[in-house]
Amino acid sequence: MELLVASGVGVMVGAGVYLVLRARTYSVILGLALLGFAANFFLFASGRLQLGLAPVIVVGDETVAYPDPLPQALALTAIVIGFAMIAFVVVLGLRAHSDLGTDHVDGPGGELR
Amino acid sequence: MSHWITLPTLIPAFTAVVLLLGARLDLGTQRSISVLSTLALVGVSLALVVQAASGDYMAYELGNWPAPFGIVLVLDRLSALMVLLTALVGLPAVLYAIHGWDTRGKNFHALFQFQLMGLNGAFLTGDIFNLFVFFEILLIASYGLILHGGGEKRVRAGMHYVIFNLTGSAFFVIVLAVIYGVFGTLNMADLSLRVAEAGPEQEAILRAAALLLLAVFSVKAALLPLYFWLPRAYGSASAPVAALFAIMTKVGVYSILRVYTLVFPGSVPLLDGLPGKVLFPVALVTLAAAMIGVVAARSLRRVVAYLVIASVGTLLAVIAIFSAEALAAGLYYMIHSTLIVAALFLLAELIADQRGSREDSLEPSTPVAQPAILGSLFFIGAVAIAGMPPLSGFLGKIFMLQSSLGTAQLPWLFTVVLVGGLLGLIAMGRAGSVLFWKTEGDTVSSPAATAAVFPVVLLLLLIGGLSFLAEPISAYTAGAAEQLMEPGPYIRAVLGQGAETP
Repeated sequence: MELLVASGVGVMVGAGVYLVLRARTYSVILGLALLGFAANFFLFASGRLQLGLAPVIVVGDETVAYPDPLPQALALTAIVIGFAMIAFVVVLGLRAHSDLGTDHVDGPGGELR
Repeated sequence: MSHWITLPTLIPAFTAVVLLLGARLDLGTQRSISVLSTLALVGVSLALVVQAASGDYMAYELGNWPAPFGIVLVLDRLSALMVLLTALVGLPAVLYAIHGWDTRGKNFHALFQFQLMGLNGAFLTGDIFNLFVFFEILLIASYGLILHGGGEKRVRAGMHYVIFNLTGSAFFVIVLAVIYGVFGTLNMADLSLRVAEAGPEQEAILRAAALLLLAVFSVKAALLPLYFWLPRAYGSASAPVAALFAIMTKVGVYSILRVYTLVFPGSVPLLDGLPGKVLFPVALVTLAAAMIGVVAARSLRRVVAYLVIASVGTLLAVIAIFSAEALAAGLYYMIHSTLIVAALFLLAELIADQRGSREDSLEPSTPVAQPAILGSLFFIGAVAIAGMPPLSGFLGKIFMLQSSLGTAQLPWLFTVVLVGGLLGLIAMGRAGSVLFWKTEGDTVSSPAATAAVFPVVLLLLLIGGLSFLAEPISAYTAGAAEQLMEPGPYIRAVLGQGAETP
């Protein structure tokens, strides 16, 4: 499972970085989304990967192991923020396309360089 | 009294919500609500500064969750100073905005208040994940503000700004995951203890986390390879927004100051002065590149935007020495550079409005309608930002150069800062003579309203106050620097008296 999670994060970051460096807003936004997913996934994994543990603490029984709830809360916060940001940048991308007449991130003239 | 520390975030938050709910209120009411809220912020932050000046720390546990499990807000001299500086830049910016800019798009005042909320929260929080959240609040408000007024130029610059900062945020989350994964805490005071006792097997990951975090903060502070978005974004933003953004790069500087004195100080054996070693050359090259930009810029707003980067470079080069004297001098210069850059952004637009179609580009144009008043304001601003006596820019530079005496960085710092200052002087002198003297034809514009000139005068008066009251203010910044260099009391204030500090 460690290998799966680690390579998943790695592949997503790699793909995200590649897409962010592209010249079209659409691929850049996809890249930003992938980077965000990878970051959230990584954040989630920072609480250690554990299987089959009780979801909550059992009152009175101190011996039951439970997963660290904090990274889950952090990941949730980061997901909400990331979602809002992606929504914003999608709207901005559409606005840029209609205002500038091109979807190049540098606007008109970006193609020439 | 202890609840006061929440007010700098709560006042703008409530004001923004009221403004959003009351979107149908007439503009006059919206303006007075926004101005009143910003005025209240000035009052509250003054009270906080007075309280922090005594040297006591104030830690406030949100929701009464004990640290390190809950989020704490911490007031020390540095955070109080930053909150006051935000309010002092915010007030002139909002006073300027009510002269027309807020009619060119919806929700200007609400976004403005959210921006203030994010800034104040970032300065007050004692939790590094909460710092990320407040960064996002101030960023999403700034995305809206930077596009305020619309138009091709802004959309194009805004696109770069947004993409750049979103990438920065993704990296911030990754660093936070590394930090939590290794140390199991996000409270900065608690982290400080854990980092200090980290074993040698954690050296690689500790250094990686420290440097990755520096890269994230460099995006905000606009350090060398990461500043190319700034001149276009600030140069095309509306004047009140650009003026408020004078404090945005300082958020990066503040975070660097906080994190690299508290969480990852160079004194930790595993880091071995790494932050300072990396920061110093990068900051100097930033300053050098920015000064070339200042000389090469073709419009006044671009000149000022490059001066923002130059001030960050100067500031971080001094901070990178990480001694109490250097930090004290840097903080004094930070107050100065924030206020003067804000004043120049507002002034640049007043000048541009009166120069017909050439606006603020540095080419001959029709003369401005009020050469006397705008010229004098520009002259005062130029003297201040170039670091000429008798204003605070001069004092700030003297303090900084003095603080580097006896350090290994001295020759580099003296050379770059002084040559940079000379280039700044040349650029401002040239800009002023083109804008006011190389004129052709007759004036085509009408004079600016007195109330629109007032915010610039207010900021320059603050610069005057900063120069005149240099002694008490530098005593305060020296106190702030001492607190930064001695994190023990900060940690005890957050974690309780029993916390074992190194």
